[in-house]
Amino acid sequence: MGCTAADVVAALRAAATVVQEHRDELVRLDQAIGDADHGENLKRGFTAVLSRLDADPPDTPAKVLKLVATTLISTVGGAAGPLYGTAFLRASAAVGDATELDCPAVARALQAALDGVVARGKAVVGDKTMVDALTPAVTAAACADGSVAAALSAAADAAAEGASSTVPMVARKGRASYLGERSAGHMDPGARSTALLLRAFADAAAEA
Amino acid sequence: MKKIINDPETVVQDALRGMQAAHPDLLAVHHDPAVVVRAGGPAQGKVAVISGGGSGHEPLHGGFVGRGMLSAACPGPVFTSPTSDQVVDAIARTDGGAGALLIVKNYTGDVLNFEMAAELAESEVRSVVIDDDVAVKDSLYTAGRRGVGGTVLLEKIVGAAAERGDDLAACEALALRVIASVRSMGLALTSCVVPHVGSPSFDLADDEMEIGIGIHGEPGRKKVKAGTASEMVSALLEPILEDLPFASGDRVLLFTNSMGGTPLVELYLAHGIAEQLLADRGIVVERRLVGPYITSLEMQGMSLTLLRLDDEMVELWDAPVHTPALRWGV
Repeated sequence: MGCTAADVVAALRAAATVVQEHRDELVRLDQAIGDADHGENLKRGFTAVLSRLDADPPDTPAKVLKLVATTLISTVGGAAGPLYGTAFLRASAAVGDATELDCPAVARALQAALDGVVARGKAVVGDKTMVDALTPAVTAAACADGSVAAALSAAADAAAEGASSTVPMVARKGRASYLGERSAGHMDPGARSTALLLRAFADAAAEA
Repeated sequence: MKKIINDPETVVQDALRGMQAAHPDLLAVHHDPAVVVRAGGPAQGKVAVISGGGSGHEPLHGGFVGRGMLSAACPGPVFTSPTSDQVVDAIARTDGGAGALLIVKNYTGDVLNFEMAAELAESEVRSVVIDDDVAVKDSLYTAGRRGVGGTVLLEKIVGAAAERGDDLAACEALALRVIASVRSMGLALTSCVVPHVGSPSFDLADDEMEIGIGIHGEPGRKKVKAGTASEMVSALLEPILEDLPFASGDRVLLFTNSMGGTPLVELYLAHGIAEQLLADRGIVVERRLVGPYITSLEMQGMSLTLLRLDDEMVELWDAPVHTPALRWGV
């Protein structure tokens, strides 16, 4: 069983709730090594996503993902806006006009999202960015038994580990890089939010 | 947190309404997306000079919109870059047929959003990235040097070139020449409080200062004991002079900037010391700017910027400007 547009919308609602719940945590992480805006910016973006989904829910998964992309690009700002926006835009393009996404399509979307983030932000694994969470997530999202929920859950677990791996890293991209050695000892807020979003998607898929 | 605000969520839009009310003859403020443009519509046949960035650095950038400087400014939320649709909107509103030059401060978010806007815009667009902060040492392994005080000088000089009718390629070449000739460094005596955060952005003991601070409270090179004004000015000026490097005989513009919370009496005191140090080295200060022009909310502290001048830059600096924050020759 695959994901319909309604399932993707449900996953985004879950993501918006998680972003809201973790807004202060993301602000604190960003305060330590950045400029204290990541939680607030994502909250603003996903609140806008929800109101646009409520106003006019799209009828294919790709259209939902594209609406998320354009909304995040126009409301989030900072680096996260273009990066997450590009991720959702590439994911949308990767799944075409299918009305239901099977597991390989979800895996393709994740890979496309990662490729987009890397193309836009030019970060590599080890730079202490969301790429450190998204890269292992894409690798883990193998469709062994064809279950979307299982693939997303594995991706979310790998992303959480990837986010933890950023703690000792010295940042080489973004505002944290100005701290040099002082950026070590803190989790990257972008890696953390990536892990949170994937966990929300996985939980929503498990309930679908 | 004590601030003159109604709601942390609407600080920027509320301030923009006040700015419109204060300068109806100079500015037209548009909301959703937020863009501050010069009153009177696009100047036909002239290059639109557009900048933008997070709010909290006022008067940068909206206070520099007007004749002889910026065509438009895109204010993001406090300390957060504007979105690409703001920039696309600003280009569409101000392009008078000669294209648009985007002046981008080197921060990851600003660069990404302006880059997307340049791809999406229907006008001919060129972008320059200013990265004048010498406090960031190793640009190979970081996001690179930050755009700070030099931005104000760049916007004035390139804005004057666009006003006299220079084409897009000439404006871009001039901008790159200014960027190659300008260096800055700042220090903080206190932190600032971002409205939606409500607590100080970083910790600094009563007797400490942070040398090399960025304009968002990003830490700099090191925390040291706060000394005398002379020690502070030296701590900023020496790295600037070494970096370009500036040499005896150079003609410069010296810009002494308050981070927002430092009063003018202290700023003038510091400026006088900087002038003396430069004179001692045979560096000729030909033009000056002193005041709070690129701030970091209520942070106490200062930055120094040195621009190595040539005749054309002097002429463009002296050209008439009429904006909320800079006005002369009109």
